[in-house]
Amino acid sequence: MTSRAEAPTRAVGRGQRAEPDARARASANVRGERRLAWLLCAPAVLVMLAVAAWPILYSIWLSLLRYDLRFPAEREFIGLSNYATVLTNPFWWSAFWITVLITVVSVAIEFVLGMGLAIIMHRTLVGRGVVRTAALIPYGIVTVVAAFSWRFAWTPGTGYLANLVTPGAAPLTERASALAIIILAEVWKTVPFMALLLMAGLALVPEDLLKAAAVDGATAWQRFVRVTLPIMKPAILVALLFRTLDAFRIFDNIFVLTAGAQETSSVSILTYNNLLRGLNLGIGSTMSVLIFITVAIIAFVFVKLFGTAAPGASEKEKR
Amino acid sequence: MAAPSETGRAARWRWGLLDTLVVIYALVPVLWIASLSFKTPATIADGRFIPREWTLDNYRTIFDTSQFVRSLINSIGIALIATAIAVLLGMLAAYAVARLNFPGKGTLVGASLLIAMFPQVSLVSPLFEIERSIGLFDTWPGLILPYITFSLPLAIYTLSAFFRQVPWDLEKAAKMDGATQGQAFRRVIAPLAAPGVVTTAILVFIFCWNDFLFAISLTSTERSRTVPVALSFFTGDTQFEDPTGSISAAAVVITIPIILFVLFLQRRIVSGLTAGAVKG
Repeated sequence: MTSRAEAPTRAVGRGQRAEPDARARASANVRGERRLAWLLCAPAVLVMLAVAAWPILYSIWLSLLRYDLRFPAEREFIGLSNYATVLTNPFWWSAFWITVLITVVSVAIEFVLGMGLAIIMHRTLVGRGVVRTAALIPYGIVTVVAAFSWRFAWTPGTGYLANLVTPGAAPLTERASALAIIILAEVWKTVPFMALLLMAGLALVPEDLLKAAAVDGATAWQRFVRVTLPIMKPAILVALLFRTLDAFRIFDNIFVLTAGAQETSSVSILTYNNLLRGLNLGIGSTMSVLIFITVAIIAFVFVKLFGTAAPGASEKEKR
Repeated sequence: MAAPSETGRAARWRWGLLDTLVVIYALVPVLWIASLSFKTPATIADGRFIPREWTLDNYRTIFDTSQFVRSLINSIGIALIATAIAVLLGMLAAYAVARLNFPGKGTLVGASLLIAMFPQVSLVSPLFEIERSIGLFDTWPGLILPYITFSLPLAIYTLSAFFRQVPWDLEKAAKMDGATQGQAFRRVIAPLAAPGVVTTAILVFIFCWNDFLFAISLTSTERSRTVPVALSFFTGDTQFEDPTGSISAAAVVITIPIILFVLFLQRRIVSGLTAGAVKG
């Protein structure tokens, strides 16, 4: 690449008299800048290639093998038949739809609560620092810790919430209530994150525009829907996309709250169980690849549906 | 949403009430697990939010077991090392992204974003197999490597957003005023860039400290198990009669650093999380 780029500049340099030095220096600068940039990025890129890109390719390969660690001798190439096994398995589809359900419900609730919290954090007249500090606690706390707090809260006898709904019940041992608690735990933890991303969008809404709308007689709700929301659209897209993809990989909360009992497994739990409990690398990798594909589809649909305002896409506009 | 002009006592009360709701929302689960950790074995199952009898026995118990102490050392060591390396590599790349023009910049930013949104479980199967075959399974580096990888996108993204705001021309100005390159960097640029670096380090540390999936999949013994995993292995039938108190105490211990960060560095964390989020 570099040597090819050098040749024409030299030729030009020799042909002309007045500019050659300046040109050669400029292109040397450009080349130097590139080399420096690549050097600076190289370590990060190498790590990401070695620990993310390569394992993903490797997992595609593993997913084409019959590979059970309990029977290593039977390892052989079996094409796509792992995919057939997984895609015809009722446990996979149960886990898949449970994951979709948890994702959709919790992201929807988070969006509403997160918008409320964002407005409070952005606009409150008193105690802004206190609110922001408090809101960061659910964001920062270790998910497993929060999950244990919820588990003990709903454990009959121990918990202060256990008798809240129906006395004497064990909500974590019934499917519907267990799912509700999983969603509650997920929502509690991630509303502040959603709110912070949305708050960054709120900050972009010009006060003058809101005032002008108010002068024109727009109600608070109209100002919110007609002025604030459209301006916030990129922030909303980013927040929803981040949270949807994040919710889709839900693992910690379910692991602690139900361990996947009562058919509350998410795809991540199911994959983990196949891999580390079942020691079936072939099937585990197949599920890994399927989850990866699903996530890619979700991201693609988001960007297509909401426009191309993907983060990082518009480097130049930022300046 | 309040009208921009809204003021007055009623409004202040209304905001005060909403603030209180937020604080209660955020604190109740934390106070609950703290309360459990101070309860005696006799009262732990009474279902009351505030302990009737207070004790520190749960804390004594966990600090007497190697299971917890060892995992705490692992957690701290692994998170600190991973944070240091991720921030260092992130700084190099972020400087290039924020300051230099080079082909492949878009690809780098895009690819690292892809990794940030990646379903981590997809990496667990191949990493499990790779780490077993090269002897990294159940070691510190075996966890540090995936932590670096998954926090690098966050680090690059946040740092480059901060680096864009640094007025780099000041460096030239300082040199014109007679400062050497080193002085210009130390006295002018480093203090301006430091807040962004600190913020990023906190966010990355929280990420590593929080991880459960990699930690439970890529470890198998006390050698490298981190606290979140050790917590989930506290069981009643072996060392502890009823693990609730011990789990709660251990949970409180690993929440302390988070609370400290949040209390003292709230502004930085908020600015870090919102820095690169929207401007596109």
